[in-house]
Amino acid sequence: MTAYILRRLLYAVPILIGVNLLTFVLFFVVNSPDDMARMHLGEKRVTEEAVQGWKAAHGYDRPLLYNAEASGMARLTETIFFEKSARLFAFQFGSSDDGRDIGYDISQRMWPSLAIAVPVLLVGLAFNISYALFIVFFRATYVDIGSVVLLVAMLSISSLFYIIGGQFLLSKVFHLAPISGYDTGLHAWKFLILPVIVGVIGGIGAGTRWYRTLFLEEVGKDYVRTARAKGLSERLVLFRHVLGNALIPILTGVVVVLPLLFMGSLITESFFGIPGLGSYTIDAISNQDFAIVRAMVFLGAVLYILGLILTDISYTLVDPRVRLQ
Amino acid sequence: MSGTGSSKKGLRGSRLMSALSLLILLSGCGDASWNSPYPATDAVSQTVYSSFDERPKHLDPARSYSVNENVFLAQIYEPPLQYHFLLRPYRLTPLSAVEVPVPSYFDAAGNPLPADAPASEIARSDYLIRIQPGIRFQPHPAFAVDAEGRHRYHALSPSDLTGINRLADFPETGSRELTAEDFVYQIKRLAAPWTHSPIAGLMQQHIRGFQALAEQLATAAGQAPLEQIATLRASSLEGVEALDRYSFRISLTGKYPQFAYWLAMPFFAPMPWEAEVFYAQPGMAERNITLDWYPVGTGPFMLSENNPNLRMVLTRNPHFHGETYPTEGMPGDRESGILDDAGKPLPLIDHAIYSLEKESIPRWNKFLQGYYDSSGISSDAFDQAIQIDSQGEPILTEAMREQGISLLTSVEPSIFYLGFNMLDPVIGGDSPRARLLRRAISIAVDFEEFISIFANGRGLVAQSPIPPGIFGHREGESGINPFVYEWRQGHAVRRSLDEARVLMEQAGYPGGMDRETGRALTINYEAVATGPDDRARLNWIRKQFAKLGIELVIRSTDYNRFQDKLRNGTGQVFMFGWNADYPDPENFLFLLYGPHGKVKYQGENAANYANPEFDRLFDEMKFMEDGPERQAILDRLVEIARTDAPWIWGFHPKAFSLHHQWMHNAHPNQMANNTLKYRRIDPALREQLRHDWNRPILWPLWAGAGLLVLLIVPAWWLVRRRERSTAL
Repeated sequence: MTAYILRRLLYAVPILIGVNLLTFVLFFVVNSPDDMARMHLGEKRVTEEAVQGWKAAHGYDRPLLYNAEASGMARLTETIFFEKSARLFAFQFGSSDDGRDIGYDISQRMWPSLAIAVPVLLVGLAFNISYALFIVFFRATYVDIGSVVLLVAMLSISSLFYIIGGQFLLSKVFHLAPISGYDTGLHAWKFLILPVIVGVIGGIGAGTRWYRTLFLEEVGKDYVRTARAKGLSERLVLFRHVLGNALIPILTGVVVVLPLLFMGSLITESFFGIPGLGSYTIDAISNQDFAIVRAMVFLGAVLYILGLILTDISYTLVDPRVRLQ
Repeated sequence: MSGTGSSKKGLRGSRLMSALSLLILLSGCGDASWNSPYPATDAVSQTVYSSFDERPKHLDPARSYSVNENVFLAQIYEPPLQYHFLLRPYRLTPLSAVEVPVPSYFDAAGNPLPADAPASEIARSDYLIRIQPGIRFQPHPAFAVDAEGRHRYHALSPSDLTGINRLADFPETGSRELTAEDFVYQIKRLAAPWTHSPIAGLMQQHIRGFQALAEQLATAAGQAPLEQIATLRASSLEGVEALDRYSFRISLTGKYPQFAYWLAMPFFAPMPWEAEVFYAQPGMAERNITLDWYPVGTGPFMLSENNPNLRMVLTRNPHFHGETYPTEGMPGDRESGILDDAGKPLPLIDHAIYSLEKESIPRWNKFLQGYYDSSGISSDAFDQAIQIDSQGEPILTEAMREQGISLLTSVEPSIFYLGFNMLDPVIGGDSPRARLLRRAISIAVDFEEFISIFANGRGLVAQSPIPPGIFGHREGESGINPFVYEWRQGHAVRRSLDEARVLMEQAGYPGGMDRETGRALTINYEAVATGPDDRARLNWIRKQFAKLGIELVIRSTDYNRFQDKLRNGTGQVFMFGWNADYPDPENFLFLLYGPHGKVKYQGENAANYANPEFDRLFDEMKFMEDGPERQAILDRLVEIARTDAPWIWGFHPKAFSLHHQWMHNAHPNQMANNTLKYRRIDPALREQLRHDWNRPILWPLWAGAGLLVLLIVPAWWLVRRRERSTAL
């Protein structure tokens, strides 16, 4: 398995270089270094001299990808792309274009994101799986039909509606929780209740429907019939056998998103005033802060690759037939 | 036995969980309402609660040039002057200075000239600024000294910074008295290339020796930060000189009366060299401990928490000097109660907490719940807050009045205009044909409708570039643009479309058809459109031009490309705006001054308008003192601009703000940003009303629990029944 993981990690290197290059090209197609300088210097009274000064101070006065004036390898290394991207592979994110240490900011902002994402994932997973098994228990009855109708209705509603509706009902009308805000440590709990409830409810429709489909596929298989024939109760059949065998697709969906939980949710964090990573990239794009954009895209790509590797490893844990070579 | 044991364990577990839940509830809520976002201990403190929606980018006064940054900076830094809180028109008063400086003028030979000397004779203007003795900087580690008087934190090694992540992690602080050298140092910082001050280009035109210093410092641009600071301290600026501990002189080239207004901006606030040295030490920037993040000022407040992703906290500066609440106001101010605190020492509050609220809905709801003391009004909430009375005036709705909320409105010193690119061969230029075309379009584009639809009526149609409240603005019949409006029964009435069509015909475009080519006139409109909300606005603009048969082609793009088009002069029509730096007509009319043309000179004249007479009169007007003579020239300038119509004058936005009844001394002042020190609150009343407005309604909890039981019990029963049932 070690060889497999190493091989996968090596495969990741060209992928990350490609992601970096693509991000770089896309960013600079839209924003030139001059645009970035003007954005950072402000709207008024910006002179050409000031623009050139800013570019020189921030290393954006070099060619983008190829330095024709240099010689040898310097043609590639004395470029904005190389100088801004090479250090990422050592996880040195450097400073944002307005001077903030990106690594520090990420380390500070990922915890509030996790504080919402982890409970939403765990509670949502527990509820959705339980509810899906319950529906499967009553498959082809009115409980099943009614639940499917309810779930389809729930997944058809925009997540924004759940957020605004949750804030309106629980905070504005019933005064049970703060509408938005955040605090550190144990004081954070009362700010997390509302977003977690909204997050869980908002995910029930799609999540339960998905698990129901997985379980229904399993429940018709021979081993389930054998288990029933042996006299096992329906609850044991569902929770022990069906759930166990449906774990591979569940894990595929869950483990791959685990690393991405760090990245937060833009809309949830914006509406609930959670100081997470959700808006970090979007704010950087609107502020034309390439340093943050490239760091966050790189981090997202790394975490996604990591998630896929973890998924593969988790297969071996739940299914002894799977071997990684 | 085992079953009993497990049930006991279960019971114990559930009791434990219940107790824990109760404990958490009690610990978290205390006496505060359940939906309060603030700790209960803050309830009765002298704290103002507000919000911000965009993270400040710079808090270095040499770099910051943005309104949302000034909200904080203006409370922390004290330039020599400020705007009077109450008096109108806007008037400069001393802040850290003893008095408003009166410039002395000199000719080329250095001989003194009288105050009324012609500007052409004035080779130099000197501003002698005397500062108040005894002003002290806020407590800061940069000033901390040891027993031998050496700076405690000026030679830190990397190991000294272990465990330091915030400014507050430094255990010791100090302070010192403000001196004239601190002002001189800050002005030199404006010239330093590594500071990237946005006004460096402007100041090098005015402050003597500024450009020379900038060129000299450019050679030090590659030095380490501490060396740069040493170079900056050692260098001198010809036009700025500390005369003694409490006075300094700024020497300008020629005459520049508007310079006094710059002395009221944070750019000219004092900067202690100790702070720069402190922040420039190795390891500080890596910890985000920078001057751009932790300001050091002498103002009434200091930034005690800077977490712009969550909140910014201003705390009373214990060293603040004895400024008092103004005793003088406008007629009616005493009756309105705005002078009730006259003569009291400032600031009147201890803290101000600004929370990040990116979305307008939660921000508005928190204001209604009493968790923000003041609020603007978003478009979504406008109908909930404002109704229009029979006189056409905005008033509060019944719901707002019941909550004791008050409304303040004021016209902003800003203008949004539709500009014509005067370099364009069709729409621009000074040919009679193009001028008639622009006038016809000016009549057709109905900005009253625009304000009504897209600004909820919060705007005043502009008759010229000069907004109300700025010298040169005229009200009434004499103030209307006669090419677009006529005066009927005491009101300005937009001229009819028929008149516009006649103008079109005279211009050679009858019914929108170009008489020379026989084709429909097509004009390009440059727009920055970012979302579906812009579509309605763009459709509206297209319809305005269609009234005259003109086909408007919308060329949407992002802001960068839009700016490129303006810089290159490739656009035809565009909407743009300007927010005043200072309350002087020069700051608006320079937007039409030829030598500030965007394409030729990279200036702020986005329409590239150039009229020799206008430019000559502008040069004359900008050096004059306010008075009848200046007014006459302003009238002529406005008349020329109206005749040439390089802009459709658009509108001046109106600011609406709401305040709860416990917030006192809220008064619109569009020029001053340092008004937090005047605010006073009644925390007991606020706490009482917050409590009344936010009593938790618990029945939904019981109903939810009941519903859960109603769902679980039958489900459980169904499961059991199904499990026990036989196959047949």
